[in-house]
Amino acid sequence: TYSIADMIMGLEFSARALTPQIAETDAIRFLVGTQSLKYDNQIHIIDFDDENNIINKNVLIHQAGEIWHISASPADKGVLATCYNKSKWSCVYFNTLASDSKVMTCAAVWRMPKELESGSHESPDDSSSNTQTLELLCHLDNTAHGNMSACNFSTASAFIFILALFVNTPFFFNAQLSNSAALEGKGQLKFTSGRWSPHHNCTQVATANDTAIRGWDTRSMRQIYYIENAHGQLVRDLDFNPNKQYYLASCGDDCKVKFWDTRNVTEPVKTLEEHSHWVWNVRYNHSHDQLVLSGSSDSRIILSNMVSISSEPFGHLVDDDELSDQEDHHQEEKTKEPLQDSIIATYEEHEDSVYAVEWSSADPWLFASLSYDGRLVINRVPRALKYHILL
Amino acid sequence: MSVPQGGPLPGPAEPGSEPPGGKRRPHGMLKLYYGLPDPAGEARGGLPPGGDPGGPTDINGAHFDPEVFLTKLRKECSLAQLMDCETDMVKQIRALDSDMQTLVYENYNKFISATDTIRKMKNDFKKMEDEMDCLAANMAVITEFSARISSTLQDQHEQITKLSGVHTLLRKLQFLFELPARLTKCVELEAYGQAVRYYSKARSILHQYQHMPSFQGIQDDCQKIMANLAQKLREKFRDGGSGAKDLAECVELLLQLDEPAEELCDEFLSHARCRLEAELEALEAELGQPGGAPITDVLEFIDRGCNIFVSNMCLVIASYQELFVSREGVQGITRMAQDKLVAFVNSLMETYFSLVERRIQLEKGVGDNSLLVRALDRFHRRLQALAKLLPASNVAAEGTEIVVRAAKERIRQYLLALQSFYQDCLTDVRQSLAAPRLAGKESPNLAELLGTISASVLNQIKSVLTYVHLFTAKDITFSNKPYFKGEFCSQGVREGLIVGFIKSICQTARQFCETTGDKGGSTPPALLLLLSRLCLDYETSTISYILTLTDEQFLVQDHSPITPVTSLCAEAREAAQRLLNHYVKVQGLIISQMLRKSVETRDWVNTIEPRNVRAVMKRVVEDTTSIDVQVGLLYEEGVRKAQSSDSSKRTFSVYSSSRQQSRYAPSYTPSAPLDTNLLSNIQKLFSERIDIFSPVEFNKVSVLTGIIKISLKTFLECVRLRTFGRYGLQQIQVDCYYLQLYLWRFVCDENLVHFLLDEIVGSTAHRCLDPVPMEQSVIEVICERG
Repeated sequence: TYSIADMIMGLEFSARALTPQIAETDAIRFLVGTQSLKYDNQIHIIDFDDENNIINKNVLIHQAGEIWHISASPADKGVLATCYNKSKWSCVYFNTLASDSKVMTCAAVWRMPKELESGSHESPDDSSSNTQTLELLCHLDNTAHGNMSACNFSTASAFIFILALFVNTPFFFNAQLSNSAALEGKGQLKFTSGRWSPHHNCTQVATANDTAIRGWDTRSMRQIYYIENAHGQLVRDLDFNPNKQYYLASCGDDCKVKFWDTRNVTEPVKTLEEHSHWVWNVRYNHSHDQLVLSGSSDSRIILSNMVSISSEPFGHLVDDDELSDQEDHHQEEKTKEPLQDSIIATYEEHEDSVYAVEWSSADPWLFASLSYDGRLVINRVPRALKYHILL
Repeated sequence: MSVPQGGPLPGPAEPGSEPPGGKRRPHGMLKLYYGLPDPAGEARGGLPPGGDPGGPTDINGAHFDPEVFLTKLRKECSLAQLMDCETDMVKQIRALDSDMQTLVYENYNKFISATDTIRKMKNDFKKMEDEMDCLAANMAVITEFSARISSTLQDQHEQITKLSGVHTLLRKLQFLFELPARLTKCVELEAYGQAVRYYSKARSILHQYQHMPSFQGIQDDCQKIMANLAQKLREKFRDGGSGAKDLAECVELLLQLDEPAEELCDEFLSHARCRLEAELEALEAELGQPGGAPITDVLEFIDRGCNIFVSNMCLVIASYQELFVSREGVQGITRMAQDKLVAFVNSLMETYFSLVERRIQLEKGVGDNSLLVRALDRFHRRLQALAKLLPASNVAAEGTEIVVRAAKERIRQYLLALQSFYQDCLTDVRQSLAAPRLAGKESPNLAELLGTISASVLNQIKSVLTYVHLFTAKDITFSNKPYFKGEFCSQGVREGLIVGFIKSICQTARQFCETTGDKGGSTPPALLLLLSRLCLDYETSTISYILTLTDEQFLVQDHSPITPVTSLCAEAREAAQRLLNHYVKVQGLIISQMLRKSVETRDWVNTIEPRNVRAVMKRVVEDTTSIDVQVGLLYEEGVRKAQSSDSSKRTFSVYSSSRQQSRYAPSYTPSAPLDTNLLSNIQKLFSERIDIFSPVEFNKVSVLTGIIKISLKTFLECVRLRTFGRYGLQQIQVDCYYLQLYLWRFVCDENLVHFLLDEIVGSTAHRCLDPVPMEQSVIEVICERG
């Protein structure tokens, strides 16, 4: 189905990193990190005013280097973490690219200026002159473990845990206690992605390396499940179902999105094969977990309605007292509705590979996607489906 | 006979005289005389005038008037006629005269002899009269004597009659008195029939006079003896050693002795059951150990069953019916006996059927089944005889059921056999693909392999069809059953076997496409390609050929729904498409992996100035070439878009793509959303979206295009994840130029290759810390050298 994007905007740089400002639940706000080897990289704070259909943008300078991955703290609006390549542009400038120069991927936790936490409502024209810098909270570097590939905040609010995936070892940091621990893993594993499980009081993480997915318990630091050959090729991303604790979605270079029950990992529960190239991103909707987004280097974003394996397999559950009046009426409607997994929409506003797609943390019906050419597109769940789910 | 036309013959004809000219005349005259109609006279209708019969002019008539006749003649006839008439009449008169004389003479002689005879008779009668008088007197005397004797013998006669009555009665009584002794003797002599005959003669009398003590005694004795006899008969009956005829006699006698028929039926049947069950046990032993091989082949087994068990069963039924059922007797007995027989036959046949079925189930061979069909035919044929003997039982229907089940089972087994044959073929192909290639030998020719597998599968199908066709042969008794005329052909052979097999081929094909996850031990790509071509061939010709063959051999007479050829073809085509898509995916992945490794493992920042094309690129081109050869063996060339004259010489610069230039132009001024939108829309007008993993067409160019698309897109994505130094960029330039030199010839639209290679070089430049591109001429020199 064809849909018209709510908003399309272009960043001047190519970009891969996108995250919603998770701690913000009122305003629709996304953070985008740019990739540039020659110029100062930036973090764009994108505010979307959906009533007026206006985008407000604030730019923070990220001088540390080009951003490969960004994540926002679920507890503190102002805190974010980035994975970045150390900038070499100054070296290049002075033509001192020595033989020892190596591209290192590092990670750091930052705090943005207070006034930007809740967005600014200045006019977009001013924002260019109004660039501000980030305050470094801590480095997550550990040279012994090599390059970083991703870092993620835990969603538990009491402590801030950060899962830092070094290329060789998944690490997790307790930002407040400022200590860290490595998860046990054997051999040289190249981790590509990792996610915290929002369940089990945030003690579990899942990581991806090559074609396998591994689950870890951060208390014992042990592997708890292992999905060998989860995908035919590299696994690119993971996401936990926010409402069903054993359900996990994954995507990869075999063009597939797979859904797993971590209690029985011999076979995926469901497989979607809709993309025509690598799938880089998969995301469950936080409120209605039947809605799943996937972004691919075929430049498409696909929104699927996975009713059969969602926490609401029979549609939206209505409270008993609500039901009392029109119970019969509802019952009738329920039986009429066919509950089938389906592709809701394919969004084709991008022209380059889409490396990131994220739901808004404030509006469950809205999401943003980012393609390599720096195009950010904000889209909505089709109205018909929205009402279908709500009513 | 000519009639005189007249003539002067005076006097009427006398009845005694013979008129001249033949024998009919006198009768005519006599008849005339007696007033009867004269047919001869009537026939003389053609008389000349005056010849009216009976009239005065009829010379032969009673009222002949010569005067009238003469006047008439004179009036009507010419002189010549008159002369003729006269001569004629004179001639006739002379003849009549001589005749008359002869007659008179003859009659005279006769008269004299008659007178003599009468005189002699007169004398004889006189003598006879005397003798008769004498006889009458004698008779009177005899009558008198006889009357006298009768009256004297009257009393004695009455006495004699009485005596002879007494004599008969005494003889009867003697028979009765002697009866026990006789019976005993008969029993001793084993002349049971005689004994029963005696007894049945006396039984009613004894019964009638049983109130008299003496008769009572006799009756008791007789009854005792007869009970004994009955006992003996029964023993004999039970003994079973005697032949069928003896047995029949026994039953006959017992029935005459008023033994209860029901009991006899039961005994007869239970006796028969013992023997038949023994036969069944022997038959069961032929089955061999459970799980083991049967001792005899199926035809021999059925033969044995038919010859021993079924024929004995027939004998039992026949003799039973003779004994109990067709007997002129009470209807109740017949009915009861018949019911018993049916139950008996059904229960035994059930056991027999289960044995037969067990034996048939042991037939698992998937080759020629003529033996089985013949066995089934015999089985079925023999049952017809039995069913004819006993129409009330359901053996015929059940037998047909067994045959039908056996046929269904055969079809199922043949389907499995075909499937496993197909799997074996695939294994063979796999092996020949995987076999280490001998030096100097070509790799296995895919086209040949395809031909082999296709031909052998087709042959197998044909031979299976031949085997199955035996079930419908004309000389097989069950082939005219409705199942074998209709459902067997359509649902069984066509749907169950042939369509099922074709579907399973497609199913197998789909399974090959679903094992993407496994990296090791997965299907060799060549097999995928081969199977795809096989399925395509099935779609284009083989399926319709096989189905036509089937429909011809098995003329389908019923109208149950059958899978149309088109839907099977569609399925095969879909399978072919999936296999080919999967082939492209797998081959693309293999090349992708090479490219990915080569990009990921290198330090692109600190690399040295390129002197050569990297080996991996040569490998990519080599592999692509060999894939091209491989695909070319099975698929047609396909269509290319028109190519520029010197596509290999096309140059491209790092920033050749104008959209890259505009997109990555460094700028700190944020553009308004609208502008970007507009810009992107304009860009969309110029570039078609490229679907990387998209279905391919059934030709070489399309397949190769698919593989190259996948490989180059991987290359692009990998490049974007790395950071490059100046020489890194230059190396990519060299590599891409090399790829361009060689890859364009494989694809349908060389612009596609150019576009993707442009993207790769553009992205590399974008990811380059020090983007100083290499001179095109240098690139060309390096590529031509390598």
